[in-house]
Amino acid sequence: MTGAAGGPEARARRIRDRLGLVFEESRPGRRGVDPIPLDVPPAPPEAEPEILRERVEGLPELSEPEVVRHFTRLSRLNYSIDRGLYPLGSCTMKYNPKVHEWAARLPGFARVHPYSPDALAQGCLDLLAGLESLLATITGMDAVTLQPAAGAHGELTGILLIRACLEARGDARKVILVPDSAHGTNPATASFSGYAVEEIPSDARGCVDLDALRRRAAVGDVAAMMATNPNTLGVFEEDIAEVARVLHENGAMLYMDGANMNAMIGITRPGDAGVDVMHLNLHKTFSTPHGGGGPGAGAVAVKRHLEPFLPVPRVSGAPGARRLGYDRPQAIGRVRSFYGNFGMLVRAYAYIRSLGAEGLRESGLTAILNANYVRRRLEGVLHLPYSSPSYHEVVFSDRDLEAQTGIKTLDLAKRLMDYGFHPPTVYFPLIVHGALMIEPTETESREELDAFVEAVRAIVEEARTDPDLVRSAPHTTPVRRLDETGAARKPKLRFRP
Amino acid sequence: MMRYLPHGPEDRRAMLEALGLERPEDLLATIPEALRLRSALDLPPALSEAELQEHLSALAMRNASTGCYRSFLGAGAYDHFVPSAVDHLISRTEFYSSYTPYQPEISQGTLQTIFEFQSMICMLTELDVANASLYDGATATVEALLMAQRAHGRDRVAMAATLHPEYLETARTYFRNLGLAIDVVPHAADGRVDEKALAAAVGSRTAGVAVQSPNVFGVIERLDRVAEAAHGAGAAAVAVVAEPYSLGILRGPGGLGCDVCVGEAQGFGNPLSFGGPYLGFMAAREKYVRQMPGRIVGETTDAEGRRGFVLTLSTREQHIRRAKATSNICTNQGLCMTAATIHLSLLGREGLREVARANAAKASYAISRLTSVRGVRRAFSGPVFNEFALELPGPASDALEALRARGILGGVGLARWFPEAERRILVAVTERTRREDVDAYAAALEEVLR
Repeated sequence: MTGAAGGPEARARRIRDRLGLVFEESRPGRRGVDPIPLDVPPAPPEAEPEILRERVEGLPELSEPEVVRHFTRLSRLNYSIDRGLYPLGSCTMKYNPKVHEWAARLPGFARVHPYSPDALAQGCLDLLAGLESLLATITGMDAVTLQPAAGAHGELTGILLIRACLEARGDARKVILVPDSAHGTNPATASFSGYAVEEIPSDARGCVDLDALRRRAAVGDVAAMMATNPNTLGVFEEDIAEVARVLHENGAMLYMDGANMNAMIGITRPGDAGVDVMHLNLHKTFSTPHGGGGPGAGAVAVKRHLEPFLPVPRVSGAPGARRLGYDRPQAIGRVRSFYGNFGMLVRAYAYIRSLGAEGLRESGLTAILNANYVRRRLEGVLHLPYSSPSYHEVVFSDRDLEAQTGIKTLDLAKRLMDYGFHPPTVYFPLIVHGALMIEPTETESREELDAFVEAVRAIVEEARTDPDLVRSAPHTTPVRRLDETGAARKPKLRFRP
Repeated sequence: MMRYLPHGPEDRRAMLEALGLERPEDLLATIPEALRLRSALDLPPALSEAELQEHLSALAMRNASTGCYRSFLGAGAYDHFVPSAVDHLISRTEFYSSYTPYQPEISQGTLQTIFEFQSMICMLTELDVANASLYDGATATVEALLMAQRAHGRDRVAMAATLHPEYLETARTYFRNLGLAIDVVPHAADGRVDEKALAAAVGSRTAGVAVQSPNVFGVIERLDRVAEAAHGAGAAAVAVVAEPYSLGILRGPGGLGCDVCVGEAQGFGNPLSFGGPYLGFMAAREKYVRQMPGRIVGETTDAEGRRGFVLTLSTREQHIRRAKATSNICTNQGLCMTAATIHLSLLGREGLREVARANAAKASYAISRLTSVRGVRRAFSGPVFNEFALELPGPASDALEALRARGILGGVGLARWFPEAERRILVAVTERTRREDVDAYAAALEEVLR
């Protein structure tokens, strides 16, 4: 598998070798847009000369075909979901339907100004109201805001809602609890909302340790617990209703991180388990594209008691007479400009309308089936640290592999690239030694899953027979392993002419 | 609905058999009975792709696109022309269906694009370092002031009353719980920040001073003087830019002495899209780099000495530092950033200059035509770029409604945010605005106010 001269990866590397920065490819006098014919008299800028400039120095000079070629070549250095399995755990890299891209680009969505009069944006407002209602039904919650721009932004919104509600009751309290398996955004969000953060350990099943929670909640200073369900081990929190009960009994609330909601739709609803507030990553569960790292969308769903605090504005009114309302005295305020990542909301709405109740449930069940199939086929090949049933994802450890061969998770991940796969999420959750977190999603065929399994098996075999091959992987990618330590020690963060 | 699900019945059977199970539902054993849904979710029936297209087209047709009205709406969202090549390129699946470049060996396309974006933002702002983007202009403003708080360890910030009001509101939401008080600095009669009031508001407890230019009235600020006032008190000078094309004409805030520049770069490559997704950006002086929020890409080399790019300085971030991270942000605005980088590459050194100058010329023409309508005058005397506030002889809401009936979205009524400004409107033009649009607006305004 080491870089055959004619293989696609070797070609990709040759492209890489010829590819400069857009600034390096620039040549004086070339242009990618034509001069604008001015239909009004030219006018000098109004501001004082000392705060004006002639032009922005350093911007490139390239023709349109050169720009198109530059970014086309760059794009070819990326792995993508349309190329193959992208099993990043907790990221839900499922297929992104093409019709969504068409929909978001309709001029009646893409060219609508956010300050258009409500009467001229009834279609947009209808879509927002419609999506809020669909998500409320799916989660079993009472009200939804679509404003947050991403999951972490949704978390922040949710915790601010809890704070506002508790303040209205007279005591905002001091502490947010997170499980030791939590996403890093959970503790970061808690401190960004002015709360102290404390960890609750996981028990042998990988679930929240109920006794530890009972003891901590009883102190009386806990505002909420943030829990992911299924959690980051891919395990369903069996005691979720009891977790909620314990928190409520002690005057606290339950925040659910919905990052892993994909497998739950149509099967169980967080609202029925006592969750007070949760976010949904529309770019995960509802298949809006990940865009190389965004834009996302992080809808937040709440129970009735938190509804008065939802951020402004809110869509109200009947179809045909929808409006954006700002007069909400108890609202936490604004969490961003305008109304949310609308283009992403169009895609999520299209997804739910395409699948319907049955299609969503079928998707969730298939996601669980796929994860369990991979788990079964890799059990015994890699160490499985938690034997609890898996849902949408399965987490393995490099414990045995490292002990027997010296090959670590990082090496296995890098070698997977030589076999044509994107690696799983690695080294997370933190409670697992050398974690490999695999989330195949429902849009993968049995053949693709089998090929992935075979690749992992082959690498484990290589770890025994030719460990250096694995340790020095990848061999066939556009670049080899990169010096990340050097990058951080002497940061070079921009091009300078 | 099976078209997105590859398994046929035989695949399912074989996979279940491998698991020793009869039905997929057998995989749900650990979900307590009481929590399982007894019936199907009450959702509308699934639509075929053809039906979905009909339905969404019908919804979209119930909105007025800026293509069917003569639109003069701006206020933080601008209808600039975007060449077709931009949308073509970001429609490549390698850009839009990949994720955060956690594995750099197979993500060099995204990583190099971010590096190029960071470089361009530094050039535009005349600052040293930039990050890979933030959600939008409002949250970028918030993050900049929180960064100033971390760097300077103080408990107040000064914010101009002429920041985009939604940016200010967002800051209030965030800061309330973080022990950061806001001193709002009023504007003077010319529409610029009141320099005396600014001097009075900034003191030994001020971590940062945020001023937007052009501000919410479209007025260009003297960021050099703002920076002086901030530095006099040992505070960070934070420039906020909501219309990035202005940087094609104005000095970069860094060149005027500011320490940080944040804002909204939607106009580069991204459609209006009813307010999002947009593109927050942040640039700063070198000394702030380890306090910056969000992803940052750096250059490095691979095992064979080849140049490559990686996410770097990640010890600032939530997945490493958790509760002590510089921000909770994880996902940012990757594809919007890619669109902006491509658009800026096409515009280039001359194109940006020309578009910016075209905007200024169109504004100048619009000001002269509209203020020649009887009773209409400029609300502020301060210099503007492509957006300006007008004072009408009567209530703005009536005039805007009457204009709308004539196919013109005449601007944003400023009473939306400033109750005392009920006769004022904010009018924006771009290079897309045609002379005939302005002439039609002037003629209609004449009629409406008669």
